[in-house]
Amino acid sequence: MKVRAQIGMVLNLDKCIGCHTCSVTCKNVWTSRDGVEYAWFNNVETKPGIGYPKDWENQKRWNGGWTRTKSGKLHPKQGAKWRILANIFGNPDLPEIDDFYEPFDFDYDHLKSAPEMDAFPTARPRSRITGERMEKIEWGPNWEEILGGEFEKRSKDYNFDGIQKEIYGEYENTFMMYLPRLCEHCLNPACVASCPSGAIYKREDDGIVLIDQDKCRGWRMCVSGCPYKKIYYNWESGKSEKCTFCYPRIESGLPTVCSETCVGRIRYLGVMLYDADKIQEAASVEGEQELYDAQLGVFLDPNDPEVQAAAREEGIPEAWIKSAIDSPVWKMAMDWKIAFPLHPEYRTLPMVWYIPPLSPIQNAAEAGAIATNNNMPDVSSLRIPVKYLANMLTAGDEAPVVTALERMLAMRGYMRAKTVDGVVDLGIAKQVGLTPLQIEDMYKIMAIADYEERFKVPTTHREAVEDAYDMRGGCGFTDGNGCSTGNSGKKIFGSRKFVVPTGGAR
Amino acid sequence: MHQFLYGTYPYIALTVLAVGSIVRYERDPFTWKSSSSQLLRRKQLILGSILFHVGVLLIFAGHLVGLLTPLAIWDALGVSHGVKQIIAIVLGGSAGISMLIGGLMLAHRRMFDERIRARSSFADSAILLMLLAQVILGLMTIFVSLGHLDGHEMTKFMHWAGGIFTFDGDAASYIKDVNILFKLHIFFGLTIFLVFPFTRLVHMLSVPVRYLWRPGYQIVRTRKGKS
Repeated sequence: MKVRAQIGMVLNLDKCIGCHTCSVTCKNVWTSRDGVEYAWFNNVETKPGIGYPKDWENQKRWNGGWTRTKSGKLHPKQGAKWRILANIFGNPDLPEIDDFYEPFDFDYDHLKSAPEMDAFPTARPRSRITGERMEKIEWGPNWEEILGGEFEKRSKDYNFDGIQKEIYGEYENTFMMYLPRLCEHCLNPACVASCPSGAIYKREDDGIVLIDQDKCRGWRMCVSGCPYKKIYYNWESGKSEKCTFCYPRIESGLPTVCSETCVGRIRYLGVMLYDADKIQEAASVEGEQELYDAQLGVFLDPNDPEVQAAAREEGIPEAWIKSAIDSPVWKMAMDWKIAFPLHPEYRTLPMVWYIPPLSPIQNAAEAGAIATNNNMPDVSSLRIPVKYLANMLTAGDEAPVVTALERMLAMRGYMRAKTVDGVVDLGIAKQVGLTPLQIEDMYKIMAIADYEERFKVPTTHREAVEDAYDMRGGCGFTDGNGCSTGNSGKKIFGSRKFVVPTGGAR
Repeated sequence: MHQFLYGTYPYIALTVLAVGSIVRYERDPFTWKSSSSQLLRRKQLILGSILFHVGVLLIFAGHLVGLLTPLAIWDALGVSHGVKQIIAIVLGGSAGISMLIGGLMLAHRRMFDERIRARSSFADSAILLMLLAQVILGLMTIFVSLGHLDGHEMTKFMHWAGGIFTFDGDAASYIKDVNILFKLHIFFGLTIFLVFPFTRLVHMLSVPVRYLWRPGYQIVRTRKGKS
C-alpha cells in the first residue's frame, strides 16, 4: 500500500446555473495573456452539444486517453512511445485553433474615435492572431450556449451513443444541462505519459498535474494525449499550458478561483487518500463499465486506522488525514455514491467528479399520472435520459446513475416530509439504502452548502519538506529570472515569459 | 581572406554555437522550444515538416559521418573513394530533394499564410530561408561532383574537416582550389552554426529520445528529499 493524498473536486451539476462565473474569473486570473486568449482552463458547456473544442468527446477522431491492448497493457491511444516520437514532426491528432475558435477582440477604440457619420459606429471584430479584420465570427468558446444552433449539429454529441436521439430534437422533448469542465488532475494522466520531454508531472503531495514551463519544448503531444482536451498550446510562447488547480491558493488552504467564485455553490474540494500501487491495475481492467468501480477501489477509507497509520508512515500530515475524514469528496464519491468521474472509459482515473443533474418530469404533470414509487418519481421519467448521463459518467452503465438520482430525490422527499409535514420518513431513506443521519448530512452539505462545508482544503506543510531558513529574502513567484534586476527588457533569445495583455485593437 | 573564412571562422562559429547554446540553456530555458505553429495552421505543415525534417536529419548524419570519419576507416572497410562519393551523391541528393520540397512548402506557408506570417519572428523566417539557400547550394554542388567521380575532390573536404577538429593550422589550405559552390556551401553552413543559438534550431539539441527508455509512463515529483 502506497498511500498518497490528492485534493479532488466534485461539481454538483444539479445546482449549476450556467452563469460562467467560474470561467470568467479563471480567465481573468490565468489566461488573459497573448497566445492563450483562446484557452479556457475552465469552461462551461451546454449539453447536448459537441462542446469545446469541437467534438472533444469523440476519441475515434482525436485519439485522446488510453487504449488497452489485448494483453492488458495500457498505452496512450495516440500511440506508444515510439509512435509518439515518430509523429513529432507533424502530429496528426492535434486540433487546429479553429476547433477551439479563432480568438478575437473588438475595435472598441473606433466607438470613440470615429468621425461623424450617417451610421452609428460599431466595434467590429479583429483577429488576435493576425490583427486582421474578421468579417464573421464562425465559432466561439460557448457557441452552443443554451442549446444555440441546430439540433442536427448538436446531436453529434458523443453521449447520444445508443440513444434514439431524434425525438430529443422535438421541442416538447428537448432537454439540456450544463457541464463545467476543467483539468481532471487524473490519477493516470495521459498528458504526462504523452510528454516526450517529461515536462508534465503529478505532484506527490496534492496530486496537482503541472507543466514545467522551462522543460516544455513545445512538442505538443500532451494536447492530443489529453482526452478532455484541457491542455492548451500557447502559440505565443510555444509552450503548453493547463489548469494549475490554482496551486498557490491550494497550498495556502484556499479553494481554487473557480470554486471560490461559484455563485451556485456547486463546487466541493476535499482530500482523497488513494493507493498509488493500485492505479495501474485499476486503469487496466478489461470492461469499460468496470472502470468506475475499479477507480473506487483505488481510494482508501480515511476512517480506517490501518490506512491512517500507513498514511502517517508515508509522512502525510495529520491535518491532511483529518481533512480526508471530513472530505465532502469522499462522502459524495464513496459514501453516498452520488458523484461520478467524467468519462471513466478514457482510463485516466479523473479526479474532478460530477453529481448528475435531476430534471423536470417528462409529460407527467399534464397527464396527472406521474410514475411514482412510494412518493418518489421514477427517475426514468426524468427529462434528461439516464442513458445520456450514464454515457457521460459511467461508460454507459445506468445502474449507478439511477441510484444516485434516486438518492437525491429521496433526500428531497425526506427533508420535505420532515420540514413541511414534521414527519421523519424512515421508509424513503431505507428505500435508497441510506440512514436518516446520512440524508441529513447530505442535506447540510449539498443543499445548505456552507463555505466551510464545501471546502476542506488543508494547508500544504512546506516546512516539512523545505528549509525555510534557506529561503529567507527570497522573491516568491517569479517569471523565471530569479530576483535579478539586471534585466534589460530586451531578450537576445527571443520571447519573453509573460506578455502583458495589451488593451484595445492592434 | 581564405585563411580567415575557412581556417578561423569555423572556430568562431563553433565557439558561438557551443557557448551561446550553453548560455541560452542555462540563462533562459523558457525560450528553448520547437516553436511549432501547427496549432495555428495544419495545412502544409504535416507533409512539409516531415519531408523537411527527415531530409535534414539524413543530410546532417551524412555530413557528420562523411566528413569526420577518418579516411583510414573507409579504407579499412574497403570502401573506395569513388564508391563513397557515389553513396554521398545518391543519399545526399535524395535527402536534399526531400528537404528542399518540404522546406519550400514550409517557406510558402510561412510567407503567405496570413496567420503564420503574422506570428513569425525575423529569426523564424530568416533561418528557414538560410536553410533553403543552403540545401539549394548543396544540391548544386552535386553537378560539380558529377564531373569528378573518383572521389579525390571529396577527400579534400574530409581533410579540411578533420583538420579543423584536430587544430591543424593548415586546414584551410586543403580546400583552396575547390569550386566556388563548395566554398559558398561551407561558408553558409558555418554561418548557420553561428546563428544557431539565437534561433529555434536549438530544439534539435533536446530531441526527446530519452522518452523511449524513460521508465513507465507516469512522472511524479515530490519536494521531499530535496532541500
